[in-house]
Amino acid sequence: MSAISDQAYLRVLPAQKLPPPAERTGIFNWLRENLLSSPTNIVLTFLCILLFAWAVPPLIRFFLIDAVWSGTDRDACLASPAQMHPGACWAFVRVWVSYFVYGFYPLAERWRVDLFFVALTLGIVWLARLSTPRRDLGALYFFVGLPILSFILLHGAPLIGLPVVPTSLWGGILVTVVVATIGMVFSLPLGILLALGRNSEMPVMKLAAVGFIEFVRGVPLITVLFMASVMLPLFVPEQFAPDKLVRALIGVALFASAYMAEVVRGGLAAVPRGQYEAARALGLTYWRMMGLVILPQALRVTLPNIVNTFIGLFKDTTLVFVVGVFDFLRTVEAARADPKWTTPNTTVTGYAFAALFYFVCCYGMSRYARSVEAHLTRAGRR
Amino acid sequence: MAERADNGQSPLPDVAVEIAGLHKWYGEFHVLRDINLKVARGERIVICGPSGGGKSTLLRCINRLEDWQRGTIVVDGVELTDDPKHIVAVRRDVGMVFQQFNLFPHLTVLENCTLAPIWVRHMPKKDAEALAMNYLARVRIPDQANKYPARLSGGQQQRVAIARALCMNPNIMLFDEPTSALDPEMVKEVLDTMVELAADGITMLVVSHEMGFARQVADRVILMDEGQVIEINAPKGFFEAPQHERTRSFLKQILH
Repeated sequence: MSAISDQAYLRVLPAQKLPPPAERTGIFNWLRENLLSSPTNIVLTFLCILLFAWAVPPLIRFFLIDAVWSGTDRDACLASPAQMHPGACWAFVRVWVSYFVYGFYPLAERWRVDLFFVALTLGIVWLARLSTPRRDLGALYFFVGLPILSFILLHGAPLIGLPVVPTSLWGGILVTVVVATIGMVFSLPLGILLALGRNSEMPVMKLAAVGFIEFVRGVPLITVLFMASVMLPLFVPEQFAPDKLVRALIGVALFASAYMAEVVRGGLAAVPRGQYEAARALGLTYWRMMGLVILPQALRVTLPNIVNTFIGLFKDTTLVFVVGVFDFLRTVEAARADPKWTTPNTTVTGYAFAALFYFVCCYGMSRYARSVEAHLTRAGRR
Repeated sequence: MAERADNGQSPLPDVAVEIAGLHKWYGEFHVLRDINLKVARGERIVICGPSGGGKSTLLRCINRLEDWQRGTIVVDGVELTDDPKHIVAVRRDVGMVFQQFNLFPHLTVLENCTLAPIWVRHMPKKDAEALAMNYLARVRIPDQANKYPARLSGGQQQRVAIARALCMNPNIMLFDEPTSALDPEMVKEVLDTMVELAADGITMLVVSHEMGFARQVADRVILMDEGQVIEINAPKGFFEAPQHERTRSFLKQILH
């Protein structure tokens, strides 16, 4: 033995790299580790399976197996010798679906709504897919081109032969999508400005932003909508008083922007002070510092919360009916009262259809936010 | 050096930074007390002293990241006032390197370096990228240009931060404890970069406890304590024959 090895342990050969032990892999081990690891876990797993077995099969039977898919009036959905316990009355939805989508929008002009949906989808996909080329052009299209195009399409432009369709005829998913999109498109920039105002060192800006945010947040959306629709005409001359739908749009956008402001403020607080200092030390002005350095980081951190606010906004659009705007839910409400279709299952089916629509939209947004988050984390940018 | 031209202005004054009668308070706390300092063009100054002594605060006053209540600072002939134009003019001219690097995490290394040239100097993107690659090569990390900062080691990040500041072609560089947040084995690569920079003749003010660096590079070493400049001395005098008792006790504590 040498003198060194008497004093200290020295590794002579490299330690081998070994595969992980076998009991850490495989489906049975996964089940054992995750579902059956302890008595409590076993009981909970068992209870959940029980709950699932109790709730899901009847739902499937009602909405799919026993459901009535076609028919021209209520007779199809009523109990008959052939079908003792009819399920959901999808025939009703099929007959009414064009009303759910367009409201009273004139039949001959509905292609304009379809074109609007296509244009909107194009804009969303262009902006939302991180891999599409020229997303800067996409943003220009979405925030400038699309609003103009949509207005010409939906409202009409007699000059180019598109007759005007008054907003009182708009309805259904069209109105829901218009209100939600405009609410989102305006609430984000407005919310950012409000958040910057709230963080401002100028007392007047700060006071104005805080006042607005706290006031709007302290008032229910219904009240804001009522105020937008009842009080706005008091302040502007009658001939300039905005359209009923526009009033609701303003109400929703202002309401959402106050919440957005708080969300963005949280994101701003998460950006370290050093980032501000580095940006200023390089000579960037306030707006460039915010636009190039601070906001990109703040918005990224807070993306899940922004989407959460969007989801809330999307569902809140159902409240515009209180000022007489016919959104999607309102058209379902109106249709289910149709005496031609009064059956025990009409109402349930109508609401199930509405729920399905809102769920698909909101879940879509949520999934999108998750995938962007995962993408950003993978890119190691955060 | 040629590439650090004076941005088309009149010839630079011989005094790079002139600080006169500077006082600063944080609330009741008197953090800078009557600072007077003239830094000649091309001079390398190392500021050391115990923490809380006002070293970083003084440095951050020079590009107005901090404001002050009394006294004047003139940088390259421009007096720093509340006038945003003066502040931006000085910041374009003064590069700063931070203890925590403060790279922009959402931008690649290259984008970090080209951001200010493009948006502050209004340089075409191609030229800014060529400039950035030039400086990244000088700090010896051109191959990392398209990575995000989080993928780099601390020493590499700090070298990128130096390159980022140099891309603005500053006449003065401020270093605020540039090696304090680094793992020991990375301190040397950053110090080497700074030594090379000093050899180029750029005016440097460095807050640091790297006494080896101070000995090798500094023209003058300053000891600050309790918001005051205690001693200003050439490195030889500072380390071998300190005039002030406070300097002796400080040196004894850090050079064991």
